[in-house]
Amino acid sequence: MSKYLKILAPALGGTAGMLTMAYVLADQLVIDMPAPVRDTFAIGTAQAQTTTEAPADEATAQAPATNDASVQMASAEEMAASTPAAGTRFGLGRPALEAEVAAWDIDIRPDGQGLPVGSGDVWTGEEVYVENCAMCHGDFGEAVGRWPVLAGGWNTLEREDPVKTIGSYWPYLSTVYDYINRAMPFGNAQSLEPDEIYAITAYLLYLNNIVEDDFELSNETFLDVEMPNAGGFMPDDRPETELAVFSGDVCMENCKDSVEIVMRAAVLDVTPDSDEAEPTEAVAEAAAEIALSDGDVTEAGMADGTAGANDDMPAQVADAGMAQETAVEDAAVVAAADPELIAAGEGVFRACKACHAVGDGAANKSGPQLNNILDRPIGSVEGFRYSRIFDEAHTAGEVWTMEALTAFLANPREAMPGTKMSYRGIQDPADIDAVIAYLEDASAE
Amino acid sequence: MVIQVKGTKPNRRNFLKAAAAAPLAAAAGSRAFAQDADPAIVNKQPWNQYLGDGVDARPYGMPSKFEADVVRRDVPWLTADPVSSVNFTPLHELDGIITPNGLCFERHHAGIAEVDPAEHRLMINGLVDNPIVFTMEDLMRFPRENHVYFLECAANSGMEWAGAQLNGCQYTHGMIHNVMYTGVPLRLILEEAGVKTAGTWILPEGADASGMTRSIPMEKAMDDCLVAFKMNGEALRPEQGYPVRLVVPGWEGNMWVKWLRRIEVGDQPWHHREETSKYTDLLENGQARRFTWEMDAKSVITNPSPQAPITHGPGPTVLTGVAWSGRGTIPRVDVTIDGGMTWHQARMSGPSMDKSMHRFYYEFDWDGSPLLLQSRAHDSTGYVQPTKDMLREVRGENSIYHNNGIQTWYVAEDGSAENVEVS
Repeated sequence: MSKYLKILAPALGGTAGMLTMAYVLADQLVIDMPAPVRDTFAIGTAQAQTTTEAPADEATAQAPATNDASVQMASAEEMAASTPAAGTRFGLGRPALEAEVAAWDIDIRPDGQGLPVGSGDVWTGEEVYVENCAMCHGDFGEAVGRWPVLAGGWNTLEREDPVKTIGSYWPYLSTVYDYINRAMPFGNAQSLEPDEIYAITAYLLYLNNIVEDDFELSNETFLDVEMPNAGGFMPDDRPETELAVFSGDVCMENCKDSVEIVMRAAVLDVTPDSDEAEPTEAVAEAAAEIALSDGDVTEAGMADGTAGANDDMPAQVADAGMAQETAVEDAAVVAAADPELIAAGEGVFRACKACHAVGDGAANKSGPQLNNILDRPIGSVEGFRYSRIFDEAHTAGEVWTMEALTAFLANPREAMPGTKMSYRGIQDPADIDAVIAYLEDASAE
Repeated sequence: MVIQVKGTKPNRRNFLKAAAAAPLAAAAGSRAFAQDADPAIVNKQPWNQYLGDGVDARPYGMPSKFEADVVRRDVPWLTADPVSSVNFTPLHELDGIITPNGLCFERHHAGIAEVDPAEHRLMINGLVDNPIVFTMEDLMRFPRENHVYFLECAANSGMEWAGAQLNGCQYTHGMIHNVMYTGVPLRLILEEAGVKTAGTWILPEGADASGMTRSIPMEKAMDDCLVAFKMNGEALRPEQGYPVRLVVPGWEGNMWVKWLRRIEVGDQPWHHREETSKYTDLLENGQARRFTWEMDAKSVITNPSPQAPITHGPGPTVLTGVAWSGRGTIPRVDVTIDGGMTWHQARMSGPSMDKSMHRFYYEFDWDGSPLLLQSRAHDSTGYVQPTKDMLREVRGENSIYHNNGIQTWYVAEDGSAENVEVS
């Protein structure tokens, strides 16, 4: 027997042994990762042995045959230990430039690491907050609809239905700055300057009674602020409090004398219903807003863009999520409109989507729904609380003509002074045309 | 068997659905004899006679039109806006252990980012010897692994803490999917950058408009995490993080950062929004657990269930469901049909893989009397899925997350099913 076969035989034997256990251990059938491809990588007997156990020196080739997870771990540690973390290993990727790291590395830690230089006071914060945040979170952090409540809720954590706010729950102020900076305002993330974020953060502290109204927050004063619930957290203690308690023997027979139903979901009846349009008494109000027809559900479910191939899909499924594949069918439906303009408008509308909906079943959000907005009477959507100037325009019988709508979209605050809409306007007239074309196209019948 | 039922009749619509679907229901224990010849047999169907679509009529294959109801669904009242919301996997329509890509539940915090892979980068920075930028092409040149893992949102069953609320396992347990991932071990990518000795935590970050971040201990990062670009063999779906996401086996879904664009290495956790304000478990005494990463063993009966009532009447009945554990495999599931007085060991079927979903069955002869169905998972560490009351005793009712309590379905004589809790 050649040396080659001597090596091969035990390797195959090990593999066969593993296969017999595949049924219960399929996931263990993982051969150790190949060692990094080095310059000296040799196509020799070691690789020729099997096609699955690619490169490996003898030590790692033996490891998987034992079929023991702990061995895999050990070999992983060995690999790490044998190659001190210095220099590249596969030689893939390229060095990140300082400017690139600076552009993306925006995270802030409780110890202040990452905070940019800047400052903002409570009063400035109120202005910035009212302009950018209040439409969802309310003027005083009390929240609109189901958007997060930001203030209040003190001493509710032990109650039924606790109110978890920045003041009542959040342990670190850095989390507030970091989150506003990375994700807010909703739908226009990373658009605020450091001074604005310091100011908003200061205002949120003020709303939560943590600072006085003359407070100014800066990278210098940041660590002076202690959050009320900083001590409210503990590490995961399930290993001590639950795992042992819930483990062990179980009862299989005669475990109880009788069983009684003590609670039923039908009593609440809050399950969404796709079979009937008729809302139940208990949730009549909510259902009126959220009722889903079968069509809506199907559209939502198909939103991965693969619905176009199904000939039984209704033709009017021009939903934002499935533009590409249905384009052919949709073209017939909207033959009169310019598909390119509409597509461009859909892109522009992304900036509006956080607050406005359009299309079948569009409901009011923090802005009114926009179905058939062109030539619609101004301030006419039921159930939406308009700014005063919209109510006045409504009373005066004004409608959203092309001119009025164009002017409003170009500069909302100039066209409708006092509007609650905190949007600076669309700069490019072509974008305005596009978004109006999109709104026309997307409007429900 | 003593089952006392209080309150009103069970769900009317499911009763109607069940009744409509069972015109030929057999009597218990005997075959039904047809009176008239079955039109499905004696009449020619269009598909018996005429030609169907040719190849390429459906370049990306879709389910039969008769399966149009099998979709993800949401609970609109749960969240303020569908852009930052969740929908649910229709578990009651699935079998086996793999979740089809188009049915994997979605949870976004700023909508579905439509990322152009050519413009996507993954940066490794922080406490590393060499801050590195990878293109997608670079990532594809690392050695890859394939693993099947479940991803469960920590809030799965969160609406059920205070009591039975939603009628259907899609809603009560559908924030989970089980997928085969293809990806690069995170360890290899971190080693490529060279983690400094002080580097004990990582912060993965998403490229979407929520800039999702979570702190993950280095031990886990170096253990079994994957940087994945394929699910069930094909590219990740946009709603699952295309072109690349983090896979954190056995740990809560929120940590599996989608649209992964950056990983920072640090020497302490960041305590960002999703690990302080959210995904912390408030206990009865006002203290909150944090960093509760592992998903406890859990199971649910998917059929029968409120969205999948028994429509065939008494006789041979298949009960099935799924079970999983963030700490290993599920060697055993017990089921009861009488609310926990008597338990039976269910039959496990299909591959049993670490931190993957498992499928169980229990076949029985239904006598047509009301049932109280429960399942109880045992994981490979010896942990047994607790009752909801056992959990409440330890945690109270304000936890929201990590509710892995035993689920009960009440099945009425007519076969309709309802979400209930029992004594």
